[in-house]
Amino acid sequence: MKRSVFRNRGLPYLLVLPQVVVTLVFFFWPAFGSLRLALYRSSPFGDRLMFTGLDNFTRLLGSGDYLESVLNSFVFASAVTFGGLAASLGLAVLANQKIRGLALYRTALLWPYGIAPAVAGIIWLFIFHPSYGILPFVLSAVASIQFNWLLKGWIAMLMIVTAAVWKQLGYNIAFFLAGLQAIPTSVLEAAQVDGADPVRRFWRVVFPLLSPITFFLFVLNMVFSFFETFGLVHAVTQGGPGHATEILVYKAYNDGFVNQQLGTSAAQSVILMVVVIGLTMLQFRYAEKKVTY
Amino acid sequence: MSPDGAIDVAVDRVALGAARTARRARSGKRLLVHASLIAAIALIAFPLYYAFVISTQSLTEVTSVPPRLTPSWHLWENYLTAWSRAKLGRLLFNSFVMAVGIAVGKITISILSAFAIVYFDFRGKQVVFWMIFVTLMLPVPVRIMSTYEVISTLGWIDSYQGLTVPLMASATATFLFRQFYQTVPDSLAEAAQLDGAGPMRFLWSFLLPLSWANVAALFVILFIYGWNEYLWPLMVTNSEEMRTVVVGIEKLVPRGGGEIPEWNVIMAAAMMALLPPVAVILLMQRWFVQGLIESEK
Repeated sequence: MKRSVFRNRGLPYLLVLPQVVVTLVFFFWPAFGSLRLALYRSSPFGDRLMFTGLDNFTRLLGSGDYLESVLNSFVFASAVTFGGLAASLGLAVLANQKIRGLALYRTALLWPYGIAPAVAGIIWLFIFHPSYGILPFVLSAVASIQFNWLLKGWIAMLMIVTAAVWKQLGYNIAFFLAGLQAIPTSVLEAAQVDGADPVRRFWRVVFPLLSPITFFLFVLNMVFSFFETFGLVHAVTQGGPGHATEILVYKAYNDGFVNQQLGTSAAQSVILMVVVIGLTMLQFRYAEKKVTY
Repeated sequence: MSPDGAIDVAVDRVALGAARTARRARSGKRLLVHASLIAAIALIAFPLYYAFVISTQSLTEVTSVPPRLTPSWHLWENYLTAWSRAKLGRLLFNSFVMAVGIAVGKITISILSAFAIVYFDFRGKQVVFWMIFVTLMLPVPVRIMSTYEVISTLGWIDSYQGLTVPLMASATATFLFRQFYQTVPDSLAEAAQLDGAGPMRFLWSFLLPLSWANVAALFVILFIYGWNEYLWPLMVTNSEEMRTVVVGIEKLVPRGGGEIPEWNVIMAAAMMALLPPVAVILLMQRWFVQGLIESEK
């Protein structure tokens, strides 16, 4: 800890004031608002709120639609996280071979991170377009498969997963590459001298050394797919077909803004809050581990 | 020639041969690595290429079967149509204001509070620190409905302050600067004090010049974050004039039957929406990678 070197009574308060004001007004006030609103329910005419206690929560947990969106969120998040991490680890290992042009390759793998999830989704929406898209065309020509996301929920899910993985690829690769380059060459050489073949060397030596980064990226990709993919669903599938791609954040928005069920929406926000707290705790367990390394 | 010499030569030859084979195997492996990387990059770049190609075609070409994978000659008219139909000039300007506003605001606010936390002792410091920490657990989706209430109470719907100010508090940026300031030796502050510099003078002329690398890296990350934010502008704007480009594009995609979707125009708009953040990554790659990794430490 640094010694505090300046003495001044008022100045430090003035310095933290902007951050404290923004935090109080735009984070704490609405968060408490959500907590409070979750205990109320709009009256049938929507003109006033009635206190209903935990009723919103029990209704949510008993509602098929809500449980379906819980399931959708988990399917989506796991597919994005595991699919994305596997692909980017593979690519990072490839790019980390001692070859020329690493910087160039890294750049060429990195740029999709700049694309907004919604824009990435719109590009993939056309690739998956049932009548004009290239993917259904190729699939129908090669395997005569009807590939229409408007009719099959799992295809719609596959579409948003692909868009999300594509967008996140560069981010994951940047971290894996940084991790791979931090592994001392002496460790790898020792393994090589011991006669371990490249595949064993990877699983026995490299992968365990990468595990803190992998864990960290796991949490980060979960957070990304739970909380930062709203635009993707809103711009591309709008939760459809049916409820097949309705993830938790989208449902919370839709119930609140579109269907005007404030209490239900707020209760969903509170449940999401619990999810973020859980994920943040996980992330900090990683941070603690890293300190003891 | 002694027999030893002959053996030496023979051994050398064998060794040379082995080295050559090993080198050949290695260069073969290298070629394979290059080839797979290039294939992967081509696959990753394909959606962008395809979007670009579509944005240069006429509507008949877009809807032709089999799909046409080469650019055509309608780039200019498609981009002009997209520009005027979606009011892209205005939307891009809004996105720019939002991205730069959030980046500059977040960095400024974070520098000030990190400076206070590291260089001062004051009552309630722990409380402030924990307050900042807790914001990590309150992302936008967690406060959807009540945030709208707060913004409309303030009368900030459809305003630039509504688009930027509420997103300016950031735990990650504050922690980044805090961590950096803690690595700055105490002697620097002591030297500054001996020179008669007050705290603000010290921040401005000693600490800030040392933090430019952090500031640049963070700016790139936050610019991209602000440009690509979707839920926030969707919630706090009602008029089309105040939409950002990422949200505006969604309005071009037709829902249900009826109109013929003009995918060439949609893709032209998508290209214009993704160009600025991607260009920032490519032009400021060094800062981007550093910022990415440091802001998550």
